[in-house]
Amino acid sequence: MNLLVGAATLGFILALLGLGVFISYRIYDTLDLTADGSFGVGAAVVAALLVRDVHPLPATAIATLAGVLAGAISGTLRTRFLVSALLAGVLTSTALYSVNLFVMGSGNLSLTAAESLVTLAEGLGQRLFGLPASLTVLGTTLSGGSIASLVLMALLAGGLALLLALFMGTDLGLAMRAAGNNPPMARAVAIDVDRMIVIGLGLSNGLIALSGALFAQYSGYSNIQMGIGALVTGLANLMVGEALLGRRSIGRWIAGAVVGAVVFRLLVAGAVRAGLNPSALKLVTALFVLAVLVLPQLARRARAGRGPKGAGSHA
Amino acid sequence: MPEIALRLEAVSHVFHQGTPSEVRALDAVDLELERGTFTVVLGANGSGKSSLLNAVSGSLALTGGRVYLDGREVTRWTEQGRARLIGRVFQNPFTGTAADLSVAENLALAARRGGRRWLRRALGRDKRRALRKTVATLGMGLEDRLDTPIGLLSGGQRQALTLLMATMVRPTLLLLDEHTAALDPRSAEQVIRLTQSAITAGALTTLMVTHSMAEAVELGQRILVMHRGRVAYDLRDLRHQRLTEDDLLQLFDRLRWADRLDGPTAAMLRRTYV
Repeated sequence: MNLLVGAATLGFILALLGLGVFISYRIYDTLDLTADGSFGVGAAVVAALLVRDVHPLPATAIATLAGVLAGAISGTLRTRFLVSALLAGVLTSTALYSVNLFVMGSGNLSLTAAESLVTLAEGLGQRLFGLPASLTVLGTTLSGGSIASLVLMALLAGGLALLLALFMGTDLGLAMRAAGNNPPMARAVAIDVDRMIVIGLGLSNGLIALSGALFAQYSGYSNIQMGIGALVTGLANLMVGEALLGRRSIGRWIAGAVVGAVVFRLLVAGAVRAGLNPSALKLVTALFVLAVLVLPQLARRARAGRGPKGAGSHA
Repeated sequence: MPEIALRLEAVSHVFHQGTPSEVRALDAVDLELERGTFTVVLGANGSGKSSLLNAVSGSLALTGGRVYLDGREVTRWTEQGRARLIGRVFQNPFTGTAADLSVAENLALAARRGGRRWLRRALGRDKRRALRKTVATLGMGLEDRLDTPIGLLSGGQRQALTLLMATMVRPTLLLLDEHTAALDPRSAEQVIRLTQSAITAGALTTLMVTHSMAEAVELGQRILVMHRGRVAYDLRDLRHQRLTEDDLLQLFDRLRWADRLDGPTAAMLRRTYV
């Protein structure tokens, strides 16, 4: 039970990472490696501020803005300096590694003694709803803090997903989608495509940095390595979500990113429980994304190979 | 309001400037389009007719000259900046619409051309009702498919919607770039009819590139024949005189002789226009 609650909480935190990757990968159809850097930026900035006794709310907000800035820089590299999306992401996240080290002052910062959104939620739960320090559900004992965290993260992920879905239906959101889907069309209806890419990547990496900031507060520490593999994790979330809810409407698609993140985390928790070495997690995640991306194409090729055109190639 | 909707002053575009493979796509073209007139541009491949359109829309950077829309100089404006004043329909039906967005969403985007795009809901109930009515004017039954991704529609349907999108915010200038060339004959005819009624209803200033002599003589109040980056013939006031396809063919023949075109090029001209 404890494992499940922990996995679900982590899932909701990483759902924000999924939403960010949704914007860069599904709206703009580009793999934005800035994600790895901005997840780390979120964790680094929030940790540096919290150990200096900054209130968790402004600390989290500033960490999010740092991610927005990272995304905007990456977008500007693409549009003004005509750097490829891949290189812009690699350059930005590589540079951010050093920035994160400067911000944290060391490779690792412990937050166990600091006030955070998690401790804040725990206190709020006690005061408003009389949440006890620990309670027993279905025969297992859960801490009040873990329940407060789960509720907080679920509300944040659900609320932001809803806001993002509504945003996609506004004039600006539609303009972003058009800029990603068909740039010549967007220009023909007087949309500044470059600006949309900068705004879109800012939004994407802001969500990812927020995810990193929450991850650090929930884990109780920030580590310089935290961001590594963030993009791939976000992709995995998306793919689980698309498999479960499909892509029939933008709202469903976005909801899928949240549901997918939670389900993926539960699957991972189950696998670890069943004996998977946690060190293999990133390898397994990468293989999963590879399989989801590649298998449909291989299947298509195999089908085409049986047709009259491809028949000769096996001779 | 100025009487001239579009003015080009010595507009030039040279590809590979200063190299042996230099090509003058546009060679100091001067042109004025009067408000509310329909001008057709004809010319062989490589004559500069597409470059002319792209120079106006801003998708081709000039190597010289100035462009004015409504008396305002727009030479340094970006493509999306000029799109505030220009409606466009492209040759490829896929270019003018965003395939993954619904019919209604595409139209809502076009309805904000030249306006501010901020956090207002793009498709409220009133807006949808208004769009339904507008789409119904096409007479294609598309008003019942407002939520269909536009990529699922046929080329003719997409082109008709693109035309609607280009004209729903009244443009200072409408640019049509061989917009029926990729359609089957029936759809092409339908789109031409819609084009005519949209232009008449809005009294729009239009510049249309076409490969079809029939379309040119049927629609054009004025016909420009481009040749080697210049306007070789400027036929005006065609409302009052009957021009036939044969007349145009003779003009092309004259250009050919004047130029002593080689055989294959002449054959290509024949293939394209006869």
